[in-house]
Amino acid sequence: MVDHSAVGRRLAPVTAHVEPGRLRFFRETLGEANPVYNDAAAAKAAGYAATPVPPTYLFCLEMMDAEQAFEFLTVLGADLAQVLHGEQRFAYRAPVMVGDTLRFEPRIAGITDKKGGAMTLAVVETRVTNQHGVHVADCSRTVVVLNKVAA
Amino acid sequence: MSETHQLAVGDRVVHKTFPPISRHKLALYCGASGDHNPIHVDLDFAKAAGYPDVFAHGMLVMACLGQALTDEIPPARLRTFATRFVSITQLGARLTCEGHVTEFVEHEGERCARLALTTKDENGDVKLAGEAVIAI
Repeated sequence: MVDHSAVGRRLAPVTAHVEPGRLRFFRETLGEANPVYNDAAAAKAAGYAATPVPPTYLFCLEMMDAEQAFEFLTVLGADLAQVLHGEQRFAYRAPVMVGDTLRFEPRIAGITDKKGGAMTLAVVETRVTNQHGVHVADCSRTVVVLNKVAA
Repeated sequence: MSETHQLAVGDRVVHKTFPPISRHKLALYCGASGDHNPIHVDLDFAKAAGYPDVFAHGMLVMACLGQALTDEIPPARLRTFATRFVSITQLGARLTCEGHVTEFVEHEGERCARLALTTKDENGDVKLAGEAVIAI
């Protein structure tokens, strides 16, 4: 069963760099052809100082540069084979662009048992700031843990 | 897209279809996203976990929805973007992403529109259900 005492626990902060090569790999994987993400001139015309990242890329940056990408599982006492992604939320407060260095500060915000303990929902909330100390985004991930129920 | 200040409730402002999700796509996304969970790329691991095959990362499907969204809405207007992962997206799924205006709201002092978003597969099964708030 999931360790409920983990509520409120802070996970290791992650410092992530928005590198152009890694971002291009992401765009190519997704077939992302929008000029605003691909062409510095189009980004500038749209008001950005540099090329912005697509809306879900924050999630990737945190995983790519984390020392332990699945630290939350260790904290919850769960393993990869028994989890699914239940919900994901982003609130965007300022642009995130190529060249930025971001700091992610995740914490376990809630743990709730469902279906008589057959599953547990854990919410990880992450505040994201950039190299200027600007609060650029908040991310919230709900992880579904499928508990091993005795037969 | 149409000018955002001319939006009306009920307008379909997002609509995009994607090619079938291949194993190759899952392998590329594994590397490109930093999500190295083997359940999406290693058939042996997926079977041992009780699944018939590997399946798509939820965040790959959300990335498609995000692309469909910002094809039409300039990303600088995006204030929030959220989805529930309603069901597992299987290999070969051909996704269709759609978004409709549901209401106009005040969001942190700014005039915004709320969009209801869905991603469905070729059978019409809902994979993602979500919403976005966009400045208008």
